[in-house]
Amino acid sequence: MLSVESINVAYGPSQVLRELSLRVNSGEVVCLLGRNGAGKTTAMKAIMGILPLSSGKITLDGVDLGKLPGHEVARQGIGYIPQGRRLFSELTVAQNLEIGMLTRKSPPLVLDRILDIFPRLRERMDQPAQTLSGGEQQMLATARALCLEPKVLLLDEPTEGLQPSMIEAIREVIVQMRRQGVAVLLVEQRIEAVMAVADRVVFIENGRNLETLDAEGLKKDPNVLRRHLGV
Amino acid sequence: MDFGPYLMLATLEGAVLAAVLALMASGLSLVFGVMRVVNVAHGELYMLGAVFAWWVTSFVGGGPAVAFVAALIIAPLIVGALAVLADITILKRLEYDPERTIVATIGLLYIMQQVTLMTYGADARPVVPPFNTRLAIPWLEWADGGLQVFWPWGLSITSYKLFVIVAAVVVLLGIRLMMTRSRIGLLMRASQLDSETAQAFGIPVERIYALVFGIGAALAALAGVLIVPIQQAHYLMGGDALLLSFIVVIIGGLGSLGGTIVAALLIGLSDGIISVFFSPTLAKIIATILVALVLVFRPQGLFGGRAR
Ligand SMILES: Nc1ncnc2c1ncn2[C@@H]1O[C@H](COP(=O)(O)OP(=O)(O)O)[C@@H](O)[C@H]1O
Ligand SMILES: [Mg+2]
Repeated sequence: MLSVESINVAYGPSQVLRELSLRVNSGEVVCLLGRNGAGKTTAMKAIMGILPLSSGKITLDGVDLGKLPGHEVARQGIGYIPQGRRLFSELTVAQNLEIGMLTRKSPPLVLDRILDIFPRLRERMDQPAQTLSGGEQQMLATARALCLEPKVLLLDEPTEGLQPSMIEAIREVIVQMRRQGVAVLLVEQRIEAVMAVADRVVFIENGRNLETLDAEGLKKDPNVLRRHLGV
Repeated sequence: MDFGPYLMLATLEGAVLAAVLALMASGLSLVFGVMRVVNVAHGELYMLGAVFAWWVTSFVGGGPAVAFVAALIIAPLIVGALAVLADITILKRLEYDPERTIVATIGLLYIMQQVTLMTYGADARPVVPPFNTRLAIPWLEWADGGLQVFWPWGLSITSYKLFVIVAAVVVLLGIRLMMTRSRIGLLMRASQLDSETAQAFGIPVERIYALVFGIGAALAALAGVLIVPIQQAHYLMGGDALLLSFIVVIIGGLGSLGGTIVAALLIGLSDGIISVFFSPTLAKIIATILVALVLVFRPQGLFGGRAR
Protein backbone atom coordinates (compact mmCIF):
# COMPACT_ATOMS: atom_id res chain seq x y z
CA MET A 1 0.00 0.00 0.00
CA LEU A 2 1.24 3.45 -0.95
CA SER A 3 0.36 6.09 1.58
CA VAL A 4 0.92 9.82 1.33
CA GLU A 5 0.31 11.61 4.62
CA SER A 6 -0.04 15.39 4.86
CA ILE A 7 2.87 16.29 2.63
CA ASN A 8 4.05 19.82 1.98
CA VAL A 9 6.22 20.37 -1.07
CA ALA A 10 7.71 23.58 -2.46
CA TYR A 11 9.80 24.64 -5.42
CA GLY A 12 12.19 26.97 -3.65
CA PRO A 13 10.03 29.64 -2.00
CA SER A 14 6.77 28.78 -3.77
CA GLN A 15 4.77 26.12 -2.00
CA VAL A 16 2.82 23.80 -4.31
CA LEU A 17 1.47 20.93 -2.19
CA ARG A 18 -0.26 21.70 1.10
CA GLU A 19 -1.03 18.91 3.58
CA LEU A 20 -1.84 16.56 0.71
CA SER A 21 -2.84 13.00 1.63
CA LEU A 22 -3.84 9.99 -0.42
CA ARG A 23 -3.73 6.21 -0.31
CA VAL A 24 -3.48 3.55 -2.99
CA ASN A 25 -4.06 -0.08 -2.01
CA SER A 26 -2.69 -2.91 -4.07
CA GLY A 27 -5.08 -4.04 -6.78
CA GLU A 28 -6.69 -0.62 -6.84
CA VAL A 29 -6.73 2.21 -9.39
CA VAL A 30 -6.81 5.67 -7.87
CA CYS A 31 -7.23 8.69 -10.13
CA LEU A 32 -5.66 11.95 -9.09
CA LEU A 33 -7.70 14.77 -10.60
CA GLY A 34 -7.37 18.52 -10.64
CA ARG A 35 -7.06 21.44 -12.99
CA ASN A 36 -3.84 22.34 -14.73
CA GLY A 37 -1.31 23.51 -12.19
CA ALA A 38 -3.12 21.91 -9.25
CA GLY A 39 0.01 19.94 -8.34
CA LYS A 40 -0.61 16.45 -9.75
CA THR A 41 2.79 16.12 -11.41
CA THR A 42 4.41 17.63 -8.34
CA ALA A 43 2.76 14.98 -6.16
CA MET A 44 4.15 12.21 -8.37
CA LYS A 45 7.63 13.73 -8.31
CA ALA A 46 7.45 13.94 -4.53
CA ILE A 47 6.53 10.25 -4.35
CA MET A 48 9.49 9.40 -6.63
CA GLY A 49 11.89 11.28 -4.38
CA ILE A 50 12.67 13.81 -7.10
CA LEU A 51 11.37 16.66 -4.90
CA PRO A 52 12.08 16.81 -1.16
CA LEU A 53 9.27 16.97 1.38
CA SER A 54 9.17 20.00 3.67
CA SER A 55 7.00 17.93 5.98
CA GLY A 56 4.73 14.89 5.94
CA LYS A 57 5.47 11.30 5.14
CA ILE A 58 5.28 8.90 2.18
CA THR A 59 5.40 5.17 2.87
CA LEU A 60 5.24 2.05 0.74
CA ASP A 61 4.30 -1.07 2.72
CA GLY A 62 5.65 0.60 5.82
CA VAL A 63 8.98 1.75 4.29
CA ASP A 64 9.50 5.49 4.71
CA LEU A 65 10.35 6.61 1.16
CA GLY A 66 11.17 10.17 2.20
CA LYS A 67 14.15 8.92 4.22
CA LEU A 68 15.69 7.07 1.27
CA PRO A 69 18.20 8.61 -1.16
CA GLY A 70 16.39 9.56 -4.40
CA HIS A 71 17.66 6.65 -6.47
CA GLU A 72 16.53 4.10 -3.88
CA VAL A 73 12.83 5.00 -4.18
CA ALA A 74 12.20 3.28 -7.50
CA ARG A 75 14.05 0.22 -6.23
CA GLN A 76 11.30 -0.27 -3.66
CA GLY A 77 9.10 -1.17 -6.62
CA ILE A 78 7.65 2.03 -8.03
CA GLY A 79 7.33 2.27 -11.79
CA TYR A 80 7.00 5.84 -13.05
CA ILE A 81 5.55 6.92 -16.39
CA PRO A 82 6.25 10.65 -16.37
CA GLN A 83 4.18 13.31 -18.05
CA GLY A 84 5.58 13.89 -21.55
CA ARG A 85 7.16 10.39 -21.42
CA ARG A 86 10.72 11.59 -20.67
CA LEU A 87 12.42 8.81 -22.64
CA PHE A 88 16.21 8.73 -22.93
CA SER A 89 15.89 10.22 -26.40
CA GLU A 90 19.22 9.30 -27.97
CA LEU A 91 19.27 5.80 -26.52
CA THR A 92 17.70 2.90 -28.38
CA VAL A 93 14.48 1.17 -27.40
CA ALA A 94 16.55 -1.73 -26.06
CA GLN A 95 18.73 0.59 -23.97
CA ASN A 96 15.71 2.43 -22.53
CA LEU A 97 14.26 -0.93 -21.51
CA GLU A 98 17.62 -2.08 -20.14
CA ILE A 99 17.59 0.86 -17.74
CA GLY A 100 14.16 -0.25 -16.48
CA MET A 101 15.44 -3.81 -16.14
CA LEU A 102 18.49 -2.64 -14.17
CA THR A 103 16.49 -0.66 -11.63
CA ARG A 104 15.63 -3.75 -9.59
CA LYS A 105 17.76 -6.26 -11.47
CA SER A 106 14.69 -7.94 -13.00
CA PRO A 107 15.19 -11.43 -14.45
CA PRO A 108 15.43 -11.49 -18.30
CA LEU A 109 12.08 -13.24 -18.79
CA VAL A 110 10.33 -10.09 -17.54
CA LEU A 111 11.46 -8.30 -20.69
CA ASP A 112 10.07 -11.05 -22.90
CA ARG A 113 6.73 -10.85 -21.19
CA ILE A 114 6.57 -7.08 -21.61
CA LEU A 115 7.55 -7.23 -25.26
CA ASP A 116 4.66 -9.67 -25.74
CA ILE A 117 2.36 -6.90 -24.52
CA PHE A 118 4.00 -4.37 -26.88
CA PRO A 119 5.09 -6.37 -29.95
CA ARG A 120 5.75 -3.18 -31.92
CA LEU A 121 8.64 -2.37 -29.61
CA ARG A 122 10.23 -5.73 -30.35
CA GLU A 123 10.48 -4.77 -34.01
CA ARG A 124 12.16 -1.47 -33.14
CA MET A 125 14.67 -2.52 -30.49
CA ASP A 126 17.68 -0.86 -32.16
CA GLN A 127 15.92 2.36 -33.09
CA PRO A 128 16.67 5.53 -31.07
CA ALA A 129 13.70 6.40 -28.85
CA GLN A 130 13.37 9.88 -30.37
CA THR A 131 12.60 8.39 -33.80
CA LEU A 132 9.50 6.53 -32.55
CA SER A 133 5.96 7.80 -33.18
CA GLY A 134 4.08 9.36 -30.26
CA GLY A 135 2.12 6.19 -29.58
CA GLU A 136 5.24 4.04 -29.70
CA GLN A 137 7.00 6.42 -27.34
CA GLN A 138 4.17 6.05 -24.85
CA MET A 139 4.41 2.26 -25.22
CA LEU A 140 8.12 2.48 -24.50
CA ALA A 141 7.64 4.72 -21.45
CA THR A 142 5.05 2.25 -20.16
CA ALA A 143 7.19 -0.78 -20.92
CA ARG A 144 10.21 0.83 -19.25
CA ALA A 145 8.19 1.25 -16.04
CA LEU A 146 6.79 -2.29 -16.21
CA CYS A 147 10.34 -3.65 -16.54
CA LEU A 148 10.91 -3.18 -12.83
CA GLU A 149 7.94 -5.41 -11.94
CA PRO A 150 6.38 -2.59 -9.94
CA LYS A 151 4.25 -2.89 -6.83
CA VAL A 152 3.08 0.65 -7.54
CA LEU A 153 2.60 2.21 -10.96
CA LEU A 154 2.43 5.99 -11.37
CA LEU A 155 1.01 7.20 -14.69
CA ASP A 156 1.04 10.93 -15.37
CA GLU A 157 -1.35 11.78 -18.22
CA PRO A 158 -0.42 8.68 -20.23
CA THR A 159 -3.03 9.25 -22.95
CA GLU A 160 -2.12 12.87 -23.70
CA GLY A 161 -2.16 13.32 -27.50
CA LEU A 162 -2.71 9.65 -28.34
CA GLN A 163 -5.02 7.98 -30.86
CA PRO A 164 -8.03 5.99 -29.57
CA SER A 165 -6.39 2.61 -30.26
CA MET A 166 -3.40 3.56 -28.12
CA ILE A 167 -5.62 4.94 -25.38
CA GLU A 168 -7.39 1.58 -25.29
CA ALA A 169 -4.05 -0.24 -25.10
CA ILE A 170 -3.01 1.87 -22.11
CA ARG A 171 -6.35 1.18 -20.41
CA GLU A 172 -5.84 -2.54 -20.90
CA VAL A 173 -2.41 -2.36 -19.30
CA ILE A 174 -3.88 -0.53 -16.31
CA VAL A 175 -6.63 -3.11 -15.89
CA GLN A 176 -4.16 -5.96 -16.23
CA MET A 177 -1.87 -4.41 -13.61
CA ARG A 178 -4.79 -4.01 -11.23
CA ARG A 179 -5.64 -7.69 -11.70
CA GLN A 180 -2.04 -8.55 -10.79
CA GLY A 181 -2.36 -6.65 -7.54
CA VAL A 182 -0.41 -3.55 -8.54
CA ALA A 183 -1.38 -0.28 -6.88
CA VAL A 184 -2.06 2.19 -9.69
CA LEU A 185 -2.05 5.96 -9.31
CA LEU A 186 -3.31 7.63 -12.47
CA VAL A 187 -3.42 11.27 -13.48
CA GLU A 188 -5.89 11.61 -16.30
CA GLN A 189 -7.75 14.56 -17.82
CA ARG A 190 -10.30 12.68 -19.91
CA ILE A 191 -13.44 11.98 -17.93
CA GLU A 192 -14.57 8.86 -19.78
CA ALA A 193 -11.11 7.34 -19.28
CA VAL A 194 -11.39 8.03 -15.54
CA MET A 195 -14.89 6.58 -15.31
CA ALA A 196 -13.72 3.44 -17.11
CA VAL A 197 -11.00 2.40 -14.66
CA ALA A 198 -11.12 4.36 -11.41
CA ASP A 199 -11.83 2.59 -8.12
CA ARG A 200 -11.46 5.89 -6.34
CA VAL A 201 -10.86 9.48 -7.37
CA VAL A 202 -8.95 12.08 -5.40
CA PHE A 203 -9.64 15.69 -6.34
CA ILE A 204 -7.03 18.30 -5.55
CA GLU A 205 -7.06 22.06 -5.88
CA ASN A 206 -4.11 24.38 -5.30
CA GLY A 207 -2.18 21.45 -3.89
CA ARG A 208 -4.85 20.65 -1.28
CA ASN A 209 -7.23 17.72 -0.97
CA LEU A 210 -10.67 18.78 -2.14
CA GLU A 211 -12.72 15.60 -2.12
CA THR A 212 -12.24 11.84 -2.36
CA LEU A 213 -14.92 9.62 -3.87
CA ASP A 214 -15.18 5.90 -4.61
CA ALA A 215 -16.47 4.52 -7.91
CA GLU A 216 -19.99 4.16 -6.51
CA GLY A 217 -20.14 7.78 -5.46
CA LEU A 218 -18.80 8.83 -8.83
CA LYS A 219 -21.51 6.92 -10.67
CA LYS A 220 -24.21 8.41 -8.50
CA ASP A 221 -23.05 11.94 -9.13
CA PRO A 222 -21.08 12.16 -12.41
CA ASN A 223 -21.45 15.92 -12.39
CA VAL A 224 -18.92 16.16 -9.58
CA LEU A 225 -16.19 15.66 -12.17
CA ARG A 226 -17.40 18.57 -14.24
CA ARG A 227 -17.82 20.72 -11.17
CA HIS A 228 -14.32 20.12 -9.84
CA LEU A 229 -12.50 20.13 -13.14
CA GLY A 230 -14.45 22.96 -14.69
CA VAL A 231 -14.95 21.19 -18.00
CA MET B 1 65.49 19.04 -47.22
CA ASP B 2 62.61 19.25 -49.69
CA PHE B 3 59.16 20.46 -48.89
CA GLY B 4 57.62 16.97 -48.59
CA PRO B 5 59.81 15.60 -45.80
CA TYR B 6 59.55 18.93 -44.04
CA LEU B 7 55.77 18.74 -44.08
CA MET B 8 55.93 15.18 -42.80
CA LEU B 9 58.07 16.27 -39.86
CA ALA B 10 55.76 19.16 -39.02
CA THR B 11 52.76 16.85 -39.22
CA LEU B 12 54.32 14.36 -36.81
CA GLU B 13 55.19 17.07 -34.31
CA GLY B 14 51.65 18.41 -34.65
CA ALA B 15 50.23 14.93 -34.13
CA VAL B 16 51.99 14.71 -30.74
CA LEU B 17 50.39 17.97 -29.65
CA ALA B 18 47.04 16.82 -31.08
CA ALA B 19 47.25 13.57 -29.11
CA VAL B 20 47.90 15.27 -25.77
CA LEU B 21 45.29 17.92 -26.49
CA ALA B 22 42.68 15.34 -27.50
CA LEU B 23 43.15 13.50 -24.21
CA MET B 24 42.90 16.61 -22.13
CA ALA B 25 40.03 18.22 -24.01
CA SER B 26 37.96 15.05 -24.04
CA GLY B 27 38.15 15.07 -20.24
CA LEU B 28 36.74 18.60 -20.24
CA SER B 29 34.14 17.66 -22.83
CA LEU B 30 33.05 14.49 -21.01
CA VAL B 31 32.49 16.42 -17.79
CA PHE B 32 30.50 19.10 -19.58
CA GLY B 33 28.59 16.57 -21.65
CA VAL B 34 27.34 14.52 -18.72
CA MET B 35 27.24 17.07 -15.88
CA ARG B 36 26.66 20.33 -17.80
CA VAL B 37 29.36 22.11 -15.82
CA VAL B 38 32.60 23.70 -17.00
CA ASN B 39 35.65 22.75 -14.99
CA VAL B 40 37.95 25.78 -15.03
CA ALA B 41 40.50 23.88 -12.90
CA HIS B 42 41.00 21.33 -15.70
CA GLY B 43 44.39 22.82 -16.66
CA GLU B 44 45.63 22.44 -13.09
CA LEU B 45 44.67 18.77 -13.09
CA TYR B 46 46.92 18.40 -16.15
CA MET B 47 49.66 20.25 -14.28
CA LEU B 48 49.17 17.99 -11.24
CA GLY B 49 49.50 14.96 -13.52
CA ALA B 50 52.86 16.25 -14.72
CA VAL B 51 54.05 17.16 -11.22
CA PHE B 52 52.97 13.82 -9.74
CA ALA B 53 54.78 12.13 -12.65
CA TRP B 54 57.93 13.91 -11.55
CA TRP B 55 57.41 12.88 -7.90
CA VAL B 56 56.71 9.28 -8.78
CA THR B 57 59.62 8.91 -11.20
CA SER B 58 62.00 10.50 -8.67
CA PHE B 59 61.03 8.09 -5.92
CA VAL B 60 60.46 4.85 -7.78
CA GLY B 61 63.63 2.94 -8.60
CA GLY B 62 64.19 0.29 -11.25
CA GLY B 63 65.10 2.45 -14.21
CA PRO B 64 63.25 5.08 -16.24
CA ALA B 65 60.85 2.62 -17.88
CA VAL B 66 59.55 1.13 -14.62
CA ALA B 67 59.36 4.55 -12.99
CA PHE B 68 57.46 5.97 -15.93
CA VAL B 69 54.93 3.14 -16.04
CA ALA B 70 54.38 3.69 -12.32
CA ALA B 71 53.76 7.40 -12.96
CA LEU B 72 51.40 6.57 -15.83
CA ILE B 73 49.24 4.58 -13.43
CA ILE B 74 49.65 6.39 -10.12
CA ALA B 75 49.39 10.06 -11.19
CA PRO B 76 45.99 9.78 -12.97
CA LEU B 77 44.65 7.69 -10.07
CA ILE B 78 45.68 10.27 -7.44
CA VAL B 79 44.39 13.20 -9.50
CA GLY B 80 41.16 11.34 -10.29
CA ALA B 81 40.65 10.61 -6.59
CA LEU B 82 41.27 14.27 -5.70
CA ALA B 83 38.67 15.29 -8.27
CA VAL B 84 36.12 12.83 -6.88
CA LEU B 85 36.75 14.34 -3.46
CA ALA B 86 36.25 17.86 -4.84
CA ASP B 87 33.03 16.73 -6.49
CA ILE B 88 31.59 15.22 -3.33
CA THR B 89 32.65 17.99 -0.99
CA ILE B 90 32.09 21.04 -3.22
CA LEU B 91 30.27 20.59 -6.55
CA LYS B 92 27.56 18.33 -5.13
CA ARG B 93 26.80 20.93 -2.48
CA LEU B 94 26.46 23.58 -5.18
CA GLU B 95 23.97 21.22 -6.84
CA TYR B 96 26.09 21.51 -10.01
CA ASP B 97 24.76 24.99 -10.63
CA PRO B 98 26.69 26.09 -13.75
CA GLU B 99 27.71 29.57 -12.59
CA ARG B 100 28.60 28.64 -9.03
CA THR B 101 30.61 25.68 -10.32
CA ILE B 102 32.69 28.00 -12.50
CA VAL B 103 33.47 30.19 -9.49
CA ALA B 104 34.24 27.18 -7.31
CA THR B 105 36.59 25.64 -9.87
CA ILE B 106 38.39 28.98 -10.29
CA GLY B 107 39.00 28.78 -6.54
CA LEU B 108 40.25 25.21 -6.90
CA LEU B 109 42.55 26.35 -9.71
CA TYR B 110 44.36 28.80 -7.43
CA ILE B 111 44.49 26.40 -4.50
CA MET B 112 46.09 23.66 -6.61
CA GLN B 113 48.50 26.09 -8.24
CA GLN B 114 49.63 27.69 -4.99
CA VAL B 115 49.92 24.42 -3.09
CA THR B 116 52.09 23.10 -5.91
CA LEU B 117 54.25 26.24 -5.76
CA MET B 118 54.68 25.85 -2.01
CA THR B 119 55.55 22.16 -2.13
CA TYR B 120 57.08 21.42 -5.51
CA GLY B 121 58.48 24.88 -6.09
CA ALA B 122 58.86 27.19 -9.05
CA ASP B 123 61.37 25.10 -11.00
CA ALA B 124 60.62 23.31 -14.21
CA ARG B 125 61.72 19.72 -13.79
CA PRO B 126 62.23 17.08 -16.46
CA VAL B 127 61.28 13.45 -16.43
CA VAL B 128 63.46 10.99 -18.30
CA PRO B 129 61.50 9.32 -21.10
CA PRO B 130 61.18 5.54 -20.67
CA PHE B 131 62.69 5.11 -24.12
CA ASN B 132 63.82 7.66 -26.63
CA THR B 133 65.31 6.10 -29.74
CA ARG B 134 65.54 8.33 -32.79
CA LEU B 135 63.67 6.74 -35.62
CA ALA B 136 64.71 8.00 -39.05
CA ILE B 137 61.81 8.25 -41.46
CA PRO B 138 62.24 7.14 -45.04
CA TRP B 139 61.07 9.24 -47.96
CA LEU B 140 60.27 8.25 -51.52
CA GLU B 141 61.63 10.11 -54.50
CA TRP B 142 61.68 9.71 -58.25
CA ALA B 143 65.22 9.09 -59.37
CA ASP B 144 66.68 7.25 -62.37
CA GLY B 145 63.17 6.56 -63.69
CA GLY B 146 61.88 4.77 -60.58
CA LEU B 147 60.77 5.27 -56.99
CA GLN B 148 63.68 5.24 -54.61
CA VAL B 149 63.72 5.17 -50.86
CA PHE B 150 66.06 7.54 -49.14
CA TRP B 151 66.52 8.86 -45.60
CA PRO B 152 66.49 12.65 -45.52
CA TRP B 153 68.80 14.10 -42.94
CA GLY B 154 66.85 15.47 -39.99
CA LEU B 155 63.60 13.64 -40.79
CA SER B 156 63.07 11.63 -37.65
CA ILE B 157 60.82 11.21 -34.65
CA THR B 158 61.58 9.70 -31.28
CA SER B 159 60.07 6.41 -30.25
CA TYR B 160 58.64 8.18 -27.20
CA LYS B 161 56.67 10.64 -29.32
CA LEU B 162 55.23 7.79 -31.34
CA PHE B 163 54.26 6.15 -28.06
CA VAL B 164 52.38 9.29 -26.97
CA ILE B 165 50.33 9.21 -30.17
CA VAL B 166 49.57 5.51 -29.84
CA ALA B 167 48.73 5.83 -26.13
CA ALA B 168 46.29 8.66 -26.78
CA VAL B 169 44.57 6.71 -29.55
CA VAL B 170 44.24 3.64 -27.33
CA VAL B 171 42.89 5.58 -24.34
CA LEU B 172 40.40 7.55 -26.45
CA LEU B 173 39.16 4.35 -28.08
CA GLY B 174 38.76 2.92 -24.60
CA ILE B 175 36.68 5.91 -23.49
CA ARG B 176 34.54 5.62 -26.59
CA LEU B 177 33.95 1.91 -25.96
CA MET B 178 33.13 2.62 -22.35
CA MET B 179 30.51 5.21 -23.33
CA THR B 180 28.90 3.18 -26.12
CA ARG B 181 29.27 -0.45 -25.03
CA SER B 182 29.53 -0.75 -21.27
CA ARG B 183 26.82 -0.70 -18.63
CA ILE B 184 28.42 2.18 -16.74
CA GLY B 185 28.53 4.11 -20.04
CA LEU B 186 24.80 3.48 -20.48
CA LEU B 187 24.12 4.85 -17.00
CA MET B 188 26.31 7.88 -17.76
CA ARG B 189 24.44 8.62 -20.98
CA ALA B 190 21.06 8.19 -19.31
CA SER B 191 22.13 10.64 -16.58
CA GLN B 192 23.34 13.02 -19.27
CA LEU B 193 20.10 12.89 -21.26
CA ASP B 194 17.68 13.28 -18.32
CA SER B 195 19.14 13.19 -14.82
CA GLU B 196 15.76 13.42 -13.08
CA THR B 197 14.27 10.45 -14.93
CA ALA B 198 17.54 8.55 -14.57
CA GLN B 199 17.29 8.91 -10.80
CA ALA B 200 13.61 7.88 -10.94
CA PHE B 201 14.85 4.61 -12.46
CA GLY B 202 17.30 3.86 -9.71
CA ILE B 203 20.43 5.36 -11.24
CA PRO B 204 22.60 6.92 -8.49
CA VAL B 205 23.16 10.09 -10.50
CA GLU B 206 25.33 11.76 -7.86
CA ARG B 207 27.74 8.82 -7.84
CA ILE B 208 27.78 8.83 -11.63
CA TYR B 209 28.70 12.53 -11.57
CA ALA B 210 31.53 11.95 -9.10
CA LEU B 211 32.84 9.15 -11.30
CA VAL B 212 32.62 11.24 -14.47
CA PHE B 213 34.40 14.15 -12.79
CA GLY B 214 37.12 11.74 -11.67
CA ILE B 215 37.52 10.23 -15.14
CA GLY B 216 37.70 13.71 -16.70
CA ALA B 217 40.41 14.68 -14.23
CA ALA B 218 42.31 11.43 -14.79
CA LEU B 219 42.33 12.14 -18.55
CA ALA B 220 43.88 15.58 -17.94
CA ALA B 221 46.43 14.04 -15.57
CA LEU B 222 47.29 11.35 -18.09
CA ALA B 223 47.92 14.03 -20.70
CA GLY B 224 50.18 15.74 -18.15
CA VAL B 225 52.16 12.55 -17.49
CA LEU B 226 52.61 11.93 -21.20
CA ILE B 227 53.88 15.47 -21.85
CA VAL B 228 56.54 15.77 -19.07
CA PRO B 229 59.25 13.79 -20.86
CA ILE B 230 58.87 16.26 -23.74
CA GLN B 231 58.08 19.49 -21.91
CA GLN B 232 59.04 19.43 -18.17
CA ALA B 233 56.70 19.90 -15.23
CA HIS B 234 56.05 23.44 -14.01
CA TYR B 235 53.41 24.83 -11.66
CA LEU B 236 52.14 27.31 -14.26
CA MET B 237 51.86 24.89 -17.18
CA GLY B 238 48.08 24.48 -16.72
CA GLY B 239 47.10 27.89 -18.07
CA ASP B 240 48.12 27.44 -21.71
CA ALA B 241 46.82 23.89 -21.69
CA LEU B 242 43.43 25.05 -20.42
CA LEU B 243 43.26 27.73 -23.09
CA LEU B 244 44.07 25.25 -25.86
CA SER B 245 41.50 22.80 -24.44
CA PHE B 246 38.84 25.49 -24.47
CA ILE B 247 39.74 26.32 -28.08
CA VAL B 248 39.40 22.66 -28.97
CA VAL B 249 36.07 22.09 -27.23
CA ILE B 250 34.58 25.31 -28.60
CA ILE B 251 35.52 24.35 -32.15
CA GLY B 252 34.53 20.69 -31.72
CA GLY B 253 31.36 21.36 -29.77
CA LEU B 254 31.39 21.14 -25.96
CA GLY B 255 30.15 17.73 -24.92
CA SER B 256 30.80 16.01 -28.25
CA LEU B 257 33.67 13.52 -27.89
CA GLY B 258 34.00 12.94 -31.62
CA GLY B 259 34.03 16.67 -32.31
CA THR B 260 36.63 17.20 -29.60
CA ILE B 261 38.98 14.70 -31.21
CA VAL B 262 38.55 16.15 -34.71
CA ALA B 263 39.14 19.67 -33.36
CA ALA B 264 42.22 18.52 -31.40
CA LEU B 265 43.63 17.10 -34.64
CA LEU B 266 42.81 20.31 -36.49
CA ILE B 267 44.42 22.55 -33.86
CA GLY B 268 47.36 20.23 -33.14
CA LEU B 269 48.27 19.60 -36.77
CA SER B 270 47.81 23.18 -37.91
CA ASP B 271 49.85 24.36 -34.94
CA GLY B 272 52.64 21.94 -35.85
CA ILE B 273 52.63 22.79 -39.54
CA ILE B 274 52.19 26.56 -39.24
CA SER B 275 54.83 26.76 -36.48
CA VAL B 276 57.37 24.95 -38.65
CA PHE B 277 56.73 26.86 -41.86
CA PHE B 278 55.81 30.26 -40.49
CA SER B 279 55.82 31.04 -36.79
CA PRO B 280 54.23 29.72 -33.59
CA THR B 281 52.59 33.12 -33.08
CA LEU B 282 50.80 32.86 -36.42
CA ALA B 283 49.55 29.43 -35.37
CA LYS B 284 48.03 30.92 -32.21
CA ILE B 285 46.50 33.82 -34.16
CA ILE B 286 44.86 31.44 -36.60
CA ALA B 287 43.50 29.26 -33.80
CA THR B 288 42.00 32.32 -32.15
CA ILE B 289 40.42 33.52 -35.39
CA LEU B 290 39.01 30.03 -35.90
CA VAL B 291 37.39 30.12 -32.45
CA ALA B 292 35.90 33.54 -33.20
CA LEU B 293 34.49 32.29 -36.51
CA VAL B 294 33.00 29.20 -34.89
CA LEU B 295 31.45 31.29 -32.12
CA VAL B 296 29.88 33.65 -34.65
CA PHE B 297 28.69 31.18 -37.27
CA ARG B 298 28.21 27.93 -35.39
CA PRO B 299 28.13 28.57 -31.64
CA GLN B 300 27.29 24.96 -30.81
CA GLY B 301 30.63 23.92 -32.38
CA LEU B 302 31.30 22.02 -35.59
CA PHE B 303 29.95 18.77 -34.17
CA GLY B 304 27.89 19.94 -31.20
CA GLY B 305 24.28 18.83 -30.95
CA ARG B 306 21.35 21.11 -30.32
CA ALA B 307 21.28 22.98 -27.02
CA ARG B 308 19.46 21.30 -24.18
N1 LIG C 1 10.08 23.43 -11.72
C1 LIG C 1 9.16 24.25 -11.16
N2 LIG C 1 9.55 25.36 -10.51
C2 LIG C 1 8.63 26.19 -9.94
N3 LIG C 1 7.32 25.98 -9.98
C3 LIG C 1 6.85 24.89 -10.61
C4 LIG C 1 7.76 23.97 -11.24
N4 LIG C 1 7.03 22.97 -11.80
C5 LIG C 1 5.73 23.28 -11.52
N5 LIG C 1 5.63 24.41 -10.81
C6 LIG C 1 4.39 25.02 -10.33
O1 LIG C 1 3.76 24.10 -9.47
C7 LIG C 1 2.37 24.11 -9.67
C8 LIG C 1 1.88 22.69 -9.92
O2 LIG C 1 2.42 22.20 -11.12
P1 LIG C 1 2.18 20.72 -11.59
O3 LIG C 1 2.41 19.80 -10.48
O4 LIG C 1 2.98 20.50 -12.83
O5 LIG C 1 0.63 20.77 -11.96
P2 LIG C 1 -0.28 19.70 -12.71
O6 LIG C 1 0.55 18.50 -13.02
O7 LIG C 1 -1.38 19.42 -11.75
O8 LIG C 1 -0.79 20.37 -13.94
C9 LIG C 1 2.09 25.06 -10.82
O9 LIG C 1 1.64 26.28 -10.28
C10 LIG C 1 3.43 25.23 -11.48
O10 LIG C 1 3.54 26.54 -11.99
MG1 LIG D 1 1.07 17.68 -14.84
